[in-house]
Amino acid sequence: MKLGYYPGCSGEGSAIEYHRSTLKTAEMLGVELVELDDWNCCGATSAHNTNKLLSLALPARNLAIAEKSGLGDILAPCAACYSRHKGAEIAARRDDAIRQKIEEVIDMEFKASSTTISILEFLTQKVGINKIRDKVTQPLKGMKAACYYGCLLVRPVEYTGFDDPEDPQTMDQIVQALGAQALDWAYKTECCGASLATSRPEIGSKMIYEVLRNAKEAGAECIVTACPLCMMNLDMRQASAEKAWGEKFGIPIYYVTELVAIAGGTDPKEVGIDLHFVEALTYLKTLPAKALQMEAEAEKAKPQAKEKQEMDEEALKKKVAAFIKGFQKNPEKMAARFIDNEERAGILVELVSADEKKMARLAELMITDKGKAVKAAEAFVTGEIKKREKAKV
Amino acid sequence: MLGNTVVKLSIENNSAALLARIEKEAGTSVNLCYQCGKCSAGCPVAFAMDYTPRKVIRLLQLGMVDEALKADSIWICATCETCSTRCPRGVDIASLMDTLRREALAQGKITDKKVAVFNEAFLDGVRSFGRTYEAGLLMKHNLKTGQLFKDAELGLPMMSRGKVSLFPHKIKARNEIKKIFDRVNKMGGE
Repeated sequence: MKLGYYPGCSGEGSAIEYHRSTLKTAEMLGVELVELDDWNCCGATSAHNTNKLLSLALPARNLAIAEKSGLGDILAPCAACYSRHKGAEIAARRDDAIRQKIEEVIDMEFKASSTTISILEFLTQKVGINKIRDKVTQPLKGMKAACYYGCLLVRPVEYTGFDDPEDPQTMDQIVQALGAQALDWAYKTECCGASLATSRPEIGSKMIYEVLRNAKEAGAECIVTACPLCMMNLDMRQASAEKAWGEKFGIPIYYVTELVAIAGGTDPKEVGIDLHFVEALTYLKTLPAKALQMEAEAEKAKPQAKEKQEMDEEALKKKVAAFIKGFQKNPEKMAARFIDNEERAGILVELVSADEKKMARLAELMITDKGKAVKAAEAFVTGEIKKREKAKV
Repeated sequence: MLGNTVVKLSIENNSAALLARIEKEAGTSVNLCYQCGKCSAGCPVAFAMDYTPRKVIRLLQLGMVDEALKADSIWICATCETCSTRCPRGVDIASLMDTLRREALAQGKITDKKVAVFNEAFLDGVRSFGRTYEAGLLMKHNLKTGQLFKDAELGLPMMSRGKVSLFPHKIKARNEIKKIFDRVNKMGGE
């Protein structure tokens, strides 16, 4: 498979691990990524905050380059680049006047025929979960991961549409295919604050803190992301969020592609795990031990459960026998424990003394649930009275 | 009796025309909104806003466009799109916020100058090099906003990890990019 590739500006800088691990992942899965020739910045938030036409034209130039080189679909791992390219592509397809205006601005032919795809669509739809599972040589068993989708991979739905905007699953499926445990948690699609961490740190830091805290409370030992800005906020700014809110997390953050590459046998350092701010190599090293411990616990839990059940059955039998013995020894006193009415209690004695099965049933119920035993005794007696009345008639 | 219904007031001609332009650019209509507040319940930054997203829409419904343009909220909105995704009436609130920001910028009514300075520095870099120049951007931003050591705790570790390049990545077709900016300026947006 051949696919156009748009690394985005962060792939050359702050998200170098994302770029490296995406290339490694593609290589492992037998996909040839062809970098767009002389691509430009998508304009990101700054362009769409400033001028709408500019925010469409900048990504459109890249899409036009892809069309010209006959690449077809383009993989844009950065969630923001993905969203901007997708937006330009959709705006041009929806309104031909806009498409023509864009052509005029970029001075290139632009048909909006290329489709931009996110890393999650690439892995789950272009490649497929089964193929990923086949490539796993170092399963991430023992890993407890909170998959963090953030905003732009799932919203707006008209751009994304490949997953549920409220409870997305694709990243969870990938992480599970790698052998890790994907936890259910509430902040999957909450916003990390994006550039507020820079422009309004007092607001941004609270948002970062909330995501980290929620992941920790859900039992996560790491967070998995597919967005360079989420990574920057959760990883690089984790220390300052810890300081601001007085809570230590030390949660390693991984790009989903880093995990795919590592599970496929790549040395973690090769994809840049050692470049993270929150130390992330150690957790990976502890996984085999955690996996063994998990297995041992599961193994231990199995026979124990069986043994316990057997023991319980044995104990129950003994108790039932003791109860029956007690009943035979002192029937009136025992019957009074079920029924207050002397006459009815008398009938109960007659009844169970003549019926071994009823006696055993009553004994068993008395041991496990007294309420039920009383009800059963009343029912036995009522039934017997009716039977006798019928016989009289 | 009509206490809870949305009463459409007659809006002054000026602001009516401006509102119509904003709605057209945003591709949505504020009169669809019945003020349920779902947008604001889900908004992750509502806690820091002066007007919640619902209130911003209400201002527009009442023709108080100027008030909306001066709201701090439009600069706090992180464009996370939760509001637009959840709105039961299909109002594209995030797109409205985006359009309000651009309009406030065009009218020079920005309450948060730092964001505008950042955007300008960012786009200057793209215009000159075709790509984002992270190091240059941070230095320029810090100089212009007088916060010399902002994010300094990130700068050094990033450099030592090779995560920020001291020099810009330049594309070959820089001239084409400059022309894109020029043509957009000439055409004045969408």
